Amino acid sequence: MRCLKLFNIMGKTIFDKIWEKHAVSKLEDGAVILYIDCHYIHEVTSPQAFAGLNKRGIKVRRPDKTLATCDHNIPTINQHLYINDDSSRIPIETLKSNCKEHGIEMYGLLHKNNGVVHIIGPELGFTQCGMTIVCGDSHTSTHGAFGNIAFGIGTSEVEMVLASQTLIQYKPKQMLIEVNGQLGEQVCAKDLILSIISQLGTSFGTGSFIEFRGDTIEKLSMEERMTICNMSIEMGARGAIIPPDEITFKYLLEREYFPKSESANLIKEWSELKSDIDANYDSKVTIDAATIEPMITYGTNPGAGIKISDTIPFSDEESFVKSLKYMGFRCGDKLEHKSVDYIFLGSCTNGRIEDFRAFASIVKGKRKHPDVIVWLVPGSRRVLEQIESEETGKILRDAGFEIREPGCSACLAMNEDKVPSGKYCLSTSNRNFEGRQGLGARTILCGPLVAAASSITGVITDPRKFIANEL
Amino acid sequence: MNFEKINIIKSHAVITTIENIDTDQIIPARFLKTTTREGFGDNMFYDWRFNNQRETLSNSPFNNLNRDYKILVAGYNFGCGSSREHAAWALYDYGFRVIISTFFADIFKNNALNTGLLPVTIGADFYSKLLENNSKRLIINLNKQTLEIEGSTLITNFDVPLYKKECLLNGYDDVEYLLSKLNQIESYEKQNMCITR
Repeated sequence: MRCLKLFNIMGKTIFDKIWEKHAVSKLEDGAVILYIDCHYIHEVTSPQAFAGLNKRGIKVRRPDKTLATCDHNIPTINQHLYINDDSSRIPIETLKSNCKEHGIEMYGLLHKNNGVVHIIGPELGFTQCGMTIVCGDSHTSTHGAFGNIAFGIGTSEVEMVLASQTLIQYKPKQMLIEVNGQLGEQVCAKDLILSIISQLGTSFGTGSFIEFRGDTIEKLSMEERMTICNMSIEMGARGAIIPPDEITFKYLLEREYFPKSESANLIKEWSELKSDIDANYDSKVTIDAATIEPMITYGTNPGAGIKISDTIPFSDEESFVKSLKYMGFRCGDKLEHKSVDYIFLGSCTNGRIEDFRAFASIVKGKRKHPDVIVWLVPGSRRVLEQIESEETGKILRDAGFEIREPGCSACLAMNEDKVPSGKYCLSTSNRNFEGRQGLGARTILCGPLVAAASSITGVITDPRKFIANEL
Repeated sequence: MNFEKINIIKSHAVITTIENIDTDQIIPARFLKTTTREGFGDNMFYDWRFNNQRETLSNSPFNNLNRDYKILVAGYNFGCGSSREHAAWALYDYGFRVIISTFFADIFKNNALNTGLLPVTIGADFYSKLLENNSKRLIINLNKQTLEIEGSTLITNFDVPLYKKECLLNGYDDVEYLLSKLNQIESYEKQNMCITR
């Protein structure tokens, strides 16, 4: 070991390995020109980037590495109808004409592959392993679940990637979060990541890329891993990465567009894709999964989370006071059993088939509470079809729920799915910022199981108690 | 995109000490529906500035101002949340050229640097000094990487990546730079037989 240190030969992290492989060249100040393998685009953050290209008189350099969807501002009912609102229709039409002009594959409204960008990339098999993936959306971190360097970018950077298939990037710090232990009954991946963010804070990961590891992570399904990586941005991280394993490869082999003829070689290569034992991290954190319980948030940032049976902590700090005033809560309040007006299941955090199955497992044989408006929004048309093709659709409908069409929906409320001012929404999405789900809307983040139990009772409900009461 | 070159900025500052200001606050999602970069300044911090009836809120730090203020001082973790570059455009369009905070979220910081808006990270001590001297003008010198409170001896240094500093000083953007490196990019692609889909 001493000898190794003398020559400064340290092991590499999975992040180092992918980063170095994608470094085209290095700038004087240490930044690199980073090659991008896969670029997802959507209607809200791309029009100005295409306008920039047009102004420069250049074409998209690698349309074959670019894929478009519309998701952020689309209706989630009656998608077959004309969108009358100009400001909502024009960005979709603009994306369509930009994709046509530049030869980019686009999965528009009603296309069988349409859906939320971070749902469809993995579900179709475009997101693979060891890649660099970007998108003009902060939740691009989702794709790190497959062992990728995946991160959100701004529109200027979208233009850079369209123009050159590269980005100028400074290497971030690296953090290892090791999660060990068995998650409890009715405790899901969303609870795990909400708990981690509440323990560490919303800026703990800023400047860093996080590697998630440990026996808890290894046991998670790909969809659960995506939920974890998705919300790493809510602790400020540039992104998160989980080394690929057999679970990853099995998931990929089932994807329609995964190149199955090359799978043996690819999987052999990707099996090596892990951090060396002596790899160096700038920081390390250990999390005990066994202590985690169903989580909810009480404030206006995703770090303001508590166990569902806990009370809101005390603080007189200015931003904290402002957030509680907005939410209509007081320090010391208990939120369990508090009534809610809206419930939202969906988004790139919890809009996948397993989330709908989890929701259905709780509401099976029950009736939706009449006073709660519940939006069930699949993350993609394929998720919607899957729901309908299996028992899940029938369970949900029999319980009085309506299933909408895919889109980002009430996660950011750009479309009509807005929560009215002052109303409470239990939401499986990723952000509880002021006004996020509509002007004055009060968002309480949770996982699909809490959302499901509460949709039957009309009040914030612990799924464990809900199930126990039924026995 | 085209933005004004930055070197020396002298201005009073708008100050808010609220922490974790997310990009949904800076520009709410309902204002993201346009396909151009212009005009976002009118809607910057809209819900902090106006009530439901579109009446001006007197307690907002952004109202009762003319737009001569080129500097915004804000609390810890400014610009967290969504990657929407519209937040940087809105601040720029409103008239700001410099944002000072004790901590910036990553994506916002990149977006700002790419759009002619200088993020200046300072220590908690100097942040307190700025709050104490809130009526004084501030002087930012990008070339020297200094922030000074006018008419005082209070001065601090700040970091900015060398490459991005050159871009801001000269009004360059990354696209031009990257296009000048196309040869390198092409030979990288040949050598690596990049993963295709």
